[in-house]
Amino acid sequence: MTDTRPELVRLSGVEKYFGAVRALGGVDLALAQGECLGLVGHNGAGKSTLMHILAGTATADRGQLAIAGAVPANYAPGTAKQLGVRCVFQELSLCPNLTVAENTRVFHPSLTGFTWRRRAGRLILDKLDAIFPGHGIAPSDLVQDLPIGRRQMVEVARAFTVTDEPVRLVILDEPTSSLDAHTAGQLLGFVRRAVGDGISCIFISHLLGEVIANCDRIVVMRDGTTVADAPAAAFDRDRLVAAMGDVEVHARDVEAGHERRRGQSPLRVRARPARQNGAGELVAHEGEIIGLAGLAGHGQTSLLLSIFAAATRATTGMEVTASVALVAGDRQADGIFPLWSIAENIGVRSLHSLRSGLLISARREYELAMHWRDKIRIRTPDIDNNILSLSGGNQQKALFARALGSDARIVLMDDPMRGVDVGTKLEVYELIRAEADAGRTFLWYTTEFDELKQCDHVYVFRNDLIVADLTRDELTEQKVIQSSFAEAG
Amino acid sequence: MKGTLAGVLARPWIWSFIGALAVWLAAITFTGGTGAGGMLTAALSLAVFTVVVGVGQMFVITLGPGNVDLSLPANIGLASAVAMTVMAGDDQRIAFGLLAALACGAAIGTANYLLIWALRIPPIIATLSASFVIQSIDISYGRGLQIKPPPGFADFTNIQLFGIPLLAVLTVLFMIGAHVMLQRTIFGRSVLAIGQNMRAARLAGIAVNRVRFATYVLCGTLGGINGALLAGYFRGANVDIGNEYLLASIAVVVIGGTSVAGGKANIPGLFGAALFLVLLLTMLNTFGVSAGVRLLLTGLIIVAVITAAGGTKRER
Repeated sequence: MTDTRPELVRLSGVEKYFGAVRALGGVDLALAQGECLGLVGHNGAGKSTLMHILAGTATADRGQLAIAGAVPANYAPGTAKQLGVRCVFQELSLCPNLTVAENTRVFHPSLTGFTWRRRAGRLILDKLDAIFPGHGIAPSDLVQDLPIGRRQMVEVARAFTVTDEPVRLVILDEPTSSLDAHTAGQLLGFVRRAVGDGISCIFISHLLGEVIANCDRIVVMRDGTTVADAPAAAFDRDRLVAAMGDVEVHARDVEAGHERRRGQSPLRVRARPARQNGAGELVAHEGEIIGLAGLAGHGQTSLLLSIFAAATRATTGMEVTASVALVAGDRQADGIFPLWSIAENIGVRSLHSLRSGLLISARREYELAMHWRDKIRIRTPDIDNNILSLSGGNQQKALFARALGSDARIVLMDDPMRGVDVGTKLEVYELIRAEADAGRTFLWYTTEFDELKQCDHVYVFRNDLIVADLTRDELTEQKVIQSSFAEAG
Repeated sequence: MKGTLAGVLARPWIWSFIGALAVWLAAITFTGGTGAGGMLTAALSLAVFTVVVGVGQMFVITLGPGNVDLSLPANIGLASAVAMTVMAGDDQRIAFGLLAALACGAAIGTANYLLIWALRIPPIIATLSASFVIQSIDISYGRGLQIKPPPGFADFTNIQLFGIPLLAVLTVLFMIGAHVMLQRTIFGRSVLAIGQNMRAARLAGIAVNRVRFATYVLCGTLGGINGALLAGYFRGANVDIGNEYLLASIAVVVIGGTSVAGGKANIPGLFGAALFLVLLLTMLNTFGVSAGVRLLLTGLIIVAVITAAGGTKRER
C-alpha cells in the first residue's frame, strides 16, 4: 500500500513472554494517521497482548514502540493517554458504583471546580449523542444499573471525549460484541467519520464482515506473530478464515482405530444450555471424548458447571448418569489448595476411598499420589512438597491426577491446557484417550483446534447456545470457525 | 524461601507455650516462688474452658475469611442455665443435664447456620444478632437467678489428681481427638479445603454447605458443654458466665497459630495460648494492679502477641 499519510505508531520486533509461554514472537506493526486497521485472529493469537503493550498496560520483553516517530521513555498508561492513545478493552473499565458523569471525570482529571459534575455530564452526553443518537443514557445513571450494551456505549463514547489531551488513536477491542446490530452500525459509522477527521483506529472483532467492510487494512495474527497484512479490499471472509486457521494436519491426528459408532454404549450425559430453545443438546456416552468448541466465554464453562451441579442435585433438562469430576482450567481460582502438599491436592477428590475405617489413611493417600506421579510424570523430588513448588504445567498435571485418580466416570475439563507446554499436552492427550478406551467419558472445553481433533464429537457454542454439532469426520477448523462467528459478514 | 515460610508458620504455637512459661516465671519470681504449683493448677483448670470453646471457634475460623462465631458467650450462658435447671440439683440427673446442654448448643449452632445459609447474612452479623436473641431467652428463662449445680457435678469439675485437674486431663484427650478429626477425617479435610478455596472445594466434590453446617453445629455444641462445665466449676449458672469467652475464644485461636485467613489450623498451640491468657491474668493479679490497668494490659498484650505471632505471615 502506498501510503503518504504520516506514520503515527510503529511497533518493531515486539516480544512478550508469560513465564515459558510465548505470547508475542517478534511483531512488527505500523499505523498511519487517519487509518483504520483491522486486527483479527484466534483467541490466544496475541491480539490483546499486543494492544496492552500499545496502551502501556503491559511492557514488551523485547522490541520497540514509537509514537509519531519518537520512542517514549517509561511508557505507561499515563504516557499513552498524554500521547493521545485511548483504548476500549474487552473487560469494561468503568467503575460500577459511580455515575456516568463521575466515570467521565475519573478519565479527565482536568475537570475541576464546583461545576465539574455538570461539565463532565455535558461532555459525555454530547459524545454519546454524536455516536449513538437516541441512546437513552443520562449522565446521572449509575453504571451498575445500566445493561451491558449501554455500559459498552459509555465506554466507547468516553474514549472519544476530549478535554486537555488529544485523541490520536483509539483501540477498540471487540466493541460490538455486546451491542445489537443497530447500535453497532451507529458505532461503525462514527468510526468512519472519526477516521475521516484524522483519528487512527485499531479495530478488533470476531465479526469478520464488520472488519472487511470498515477497515482500510487488515492484519491477521496467529500464535503471536502477524501472518498477513494487506489492504482490506484484498480479503474476503474465506481468505481471512484461511489465514487465521492452522491448515496443516498433524500426522498423529489421522490415527484410525478410534472410530466408534455413537450410541452403542450407555448414555452418560444429556444436557441442554439454559437458553437453548429448539434442537441442540449435548449428548455423551460411555467412553466418548466430547469437545466443546467456540470462542472463549460463549457458554461452554457454564454448561460444564451446570452438568457438575446436576450430578449431585437433579436438574430439569439435565441427565447425568454417573459420578463427575472436574479439571479446572483456571487452576488458581478453581483448582489448587495452596497450603496443601501435592499428595493432599491429588487425594482430595478421593477422600472416601482413601479411608480405612473412619480415618483417612496417610499410606493410601501417598500410594495414590505416587501412582499418578509416575503415571503422568509430575516432576517433583517429593510428593509431600507443597503444591506451589511445582511449575504451572505440573500443577495442572496434579489436577488431572486428582480427577483421573478418583472414582468419577465422567470427567469435565474446562480448557485445562492453559499454560501447559506442548510435551505435556501430548502426554495428556494419550492418557485421556487411554482412559476413554477404558470406559471413561470426557467433556472437553477447549479453544484450541488441536485438542478438538482428539475428540470423537464436537459441539460448537456461540452466545451460550449450541450452534453446530460435528462428528469426527465432519470436523474441520474452517467449520468450527465459521460456526463460531455470527453470520453477520 | 519455603523453609523460612515453614519456619514462620511453625513458630507461633511454640511461642504460645514459651509465652505461658515466661508469664508464669514472672509471676513466681514476683512472689518469690510461693504458690507456683497452685498457680499452675488453677491455670490448668481455667484453661480447660477456653480450650473447649477455642477448638469450636478454631474449626469455624478455619472455614475461611469472615467465618467466626460471636454467639459463644450467649450460648454458654443459656446452656449453663438449661443444664443446671434440668439437673435441678439432683445427682441422678447429671447426664440429662449434660445432654440438655449439648442439645441447646447444637440448636444454637443450627440456628446460626440457618441465618448464614438461608438468609445469606455474613457470619459476623448473623452470630452477633443471634447472641442478642439467645441472651434474651436466657434472661427470661433463668430470670437472672443463679441456679446451683448438683453437688456431685460440682465436685466432679473440681477433682484433682496429684494437683492436676481431671478436666485438664480429659481436655488433653479431647484435643488429641480434635487433632485427629481435623487431619484424618473427611470432615476435617473438608474444613481445611473450604478455608483455602471454597470454590475449588466445591469443584473437588466436597459438600461445602453440609460441612459448614456441621462446623457451626460443632462449635455451638462445644459452647453448650462448656456452659455446663463452667456452671459446675463456679457452682452456679448465670447470664454473664460466658462473657469473657468472646475475646478469649478468638484470641487463643490466633495466638495458637491458626490462620485467620482460613485453611490452616493448629490444635496444640491452642492449649499453650489458653494457658498463656490465664497465667497472664494471674500474673497481673499477683502484681496487684487495679482492675482497669489489668484490662488495659491484657488487651495490649494480646494485640502485641497476635502482631508478633501472625502479623506478617501471609498477604491477604
